[in-house]
Amino acid sequence: MSILIDENTTFIIQGITGREAVNMTRECLDYGAKVVGGVTPGRKGRDVYGVPVYDTVRQITEQMQVDGAVVSVPPGFAKDAALEAISAGIKLIVIVTERIPRGEVAEILEFAEGGDARVIGPNCLGIITPGRAKMGGIGGTAEDTRKAFKPGAIGVMSRSGGMTTEICNTLGAAGLGVTTAVSIGGDPLIGSTYAELMPLYEADPETRAIVIYSEPGGPFEAQLAAYLKEKRSRLPVVAFMAGRFMDEMPGMRFGHAGTIVEGRADTSAEKIRLMQDAGITVAESIAAIPDLIRQRLKERGN
Amino acid sequence: MRFYEYEAKVLLGRQGVPLPKGSNAKTPEEAEQVAGQIGGSLVLKSQVLTGGRMKAGGIKFATSPQEARKEAAGILALAINGQKPRSVLVEGRAAVRQEFYVGVIYDALAKRPLLILSDMGGIDIEEVAERHPEHIARLHLSTLVPFQDYQAKEVISNLGITGNRLTRMTPILARLVRLFLQYNLTLAEINPLAELEDGSFLCLDCHLDMEEEARDRHARLLQELGIGRDESRQARPPTPFEVRGAQVDAIDTRGVAGRVVEFDGDLGLIIGAGGGSLTLLDAVRKHGGRPANYCEIGGNPSVRKASELTKLVLSKPGVEKIAVMMNVVSNTRVDMMARGVIKGVIESGYDPKEKIAIFRIPGSWEDEGFKILRKYGVEYVDRTVSLDEAARRAVVKMGRR
Repeated sequence: MSILIDENTTFIIQGITGREAVNMTRECLDYGAKVVGGVTPGRKGRDVYGVPVYDTVRQITEQMQVDGAVVSVPPGFAKDAALEAISAGIKLIVIVTERIPRGEVAEILEFAEGGDARVIGPNCLGIITPGRAKMGGIGGTAEDTRKAFKPGAIGVMSRSGGMTTEICNTLGAAGLGVTTAVSIGGDPLIGSTYAELMPLYEADPETRAIVIYSEPGGPFEAQLAAYLKEKRSRLPVVAFMAGRFMDEMPGMRFGHAGTIVEGRADTSAEKIRLMQDAGITVAESIAAIPDLIRQRLKERGN
Repeated sequence: MRFYEYEAKVLLGRQGVPLPKGSNAKTPEEAEQVAGQIGGSLVLKSQVLTGGRMKAGGIKFATSPQEARKEAAGILALAINGQKPRSVLVEGRAAVRQEFYVGVIYDALAKRPLLILSDMGGIDIEEVAERHPEHIARLHLSTLVPFQDYQAKEVISNLGITGNRLTRMTPILARLVRLFLQYNLTLAEINPLAELEDGSFLCLDCHLDMEEEARDRHARLLQELGIGRDESRQARPPTPFEVRGAQVDAIDTRGVAGRVVEFDGDLGLIIGAGGGSLTLLDAVRKHGGRPANYCEIGGNPSVRKASELTKLVLSKPGVEKIAVMMNVVSNTRVDMMARGVIKGVIESGYDPKEKIAIFRIPGSWEDEGFKILRKYGVEYVDRTVSLDEAARRAVVKMGRR
């Protein structure tokens, strides 16, 4: 099993003729994903590695069932593209685009709420269910992706796209595979937070534990801690916290747009305290994660 | 990007938010002149991008132009939290009956803007929220449906405010919300919003932040305010080394190789990507290493950018070796990074074998990359060596510890 996507998920790529999107299309196809169409206004009739290109999203959704859309357009066009996909009835929107202003992200997310659509990102590398499908640039070429991502029983959520690959590679090398890994995005406003994705992992019988990659800034780690305290999840959670040095450098932005210490709640120290208090095991290095997962699974008699 | 108070007040004034009479002064002489024009009781405020001005002595009062001149001279000479003031804002002072707080921020959990009003203004709003939650009213805002005045009225009346106060505060709240949305602000605060003895309202102090990502969209406004593209407005001004780092990243538009932050150590870091850089800087410090810098590489930068970044880091006094490390890469090409870094080391007049403490970038095109590294005798490791272990080995190579 998996969450969000599997080998039957059909999706389109918006901005498909862009340089990065062309590569992404090929990588997803090679990995076995069902990319059923692409959109670039004015380019109808072309194709990208056999994927037909259209002018509008509706030209595709009128013909077939489309489960998801990857938004890979420049920041100035991202809001329009996301709203177009949502209004065409697509329920899973992965926004790869970086540097979309917060007000426009808020508009997208409010519109998605009304359209009952789930947004992943912005500023993310997408979703992967190893061995079955990927949606977005996560992992790179199919060959590189196979090297780093192995199927298994761990759910992974990460604020960093690159660190999603690093963590999954570490898990795989230790004999622990992944059900679904989600690059949730590095922006201050994102469509799906750790806590919001937890119920999906809970409902997936194959997922037995969760690994998260976290950073200073934002309330998402505190939200997850509160969720775990309230819900008594069956899934043990191991977290890695990067950017601990930032606690000494308030007001400086590092790594991602959402990564800035503006108050005590933003610091890594405070987040680690909250997460530990909620029963989350905090790893001191990425390399330490597999052993901590095994330990936690053992404690739970798994 | 934080606005100085005097800039923020220009924005608020254009929106129709009532302000005290006043003007920005760059010298004590200018302050004296402005004081003469305003007359009466005066307040002089240091223009720095940091809080705690009152406590630090950055806010003074005066009753004559001569006194204003003297106080302005003191303020202009006083650094606050390491920042020299840009100017001094001279304003008329009025008798205040009550202070309020009005703010608009983003609530990342609700994923919407949040309007906050309190009848306990002038103090830290987080403290009010913690100790006197009954003195705070909140409203989540739509970004799709335009803000209406009735929403402001509801927020105000939720605090039990009625009468002339309610009708006078309503447009101020509405204007602040519109300003927030129109100019891609991430924070818009009026604190305190003062009710004067005559029942009128004035914005005494304010704090506006514009989102970095939106600066280009408001280029004309920023130009009118005299804010240059190169003004970073971060927590501290960039060092010359950091400015050069930004120049390296601007060489071409292919990928990122920059976002340099200066530290004072001896181990230069060529690291990436966003999350990887955070992880690696922590790892180097954990093992007792002293980073000379932070930086970010990602999105497959050109060989030229990688080599220029390497040259920049190696040019920093005190840098003895560099460590080249990233998380498993899927977009950035290992061979291009190897080529760029080696080129940068050689062009700086050093032997790559000696200068590069470790190279740990596994991932796309790694076989080609490792071949180049072998040719130059550079110590490299593949993905079987963790980020943490690679950082440890780099620190060990620095010796002496």
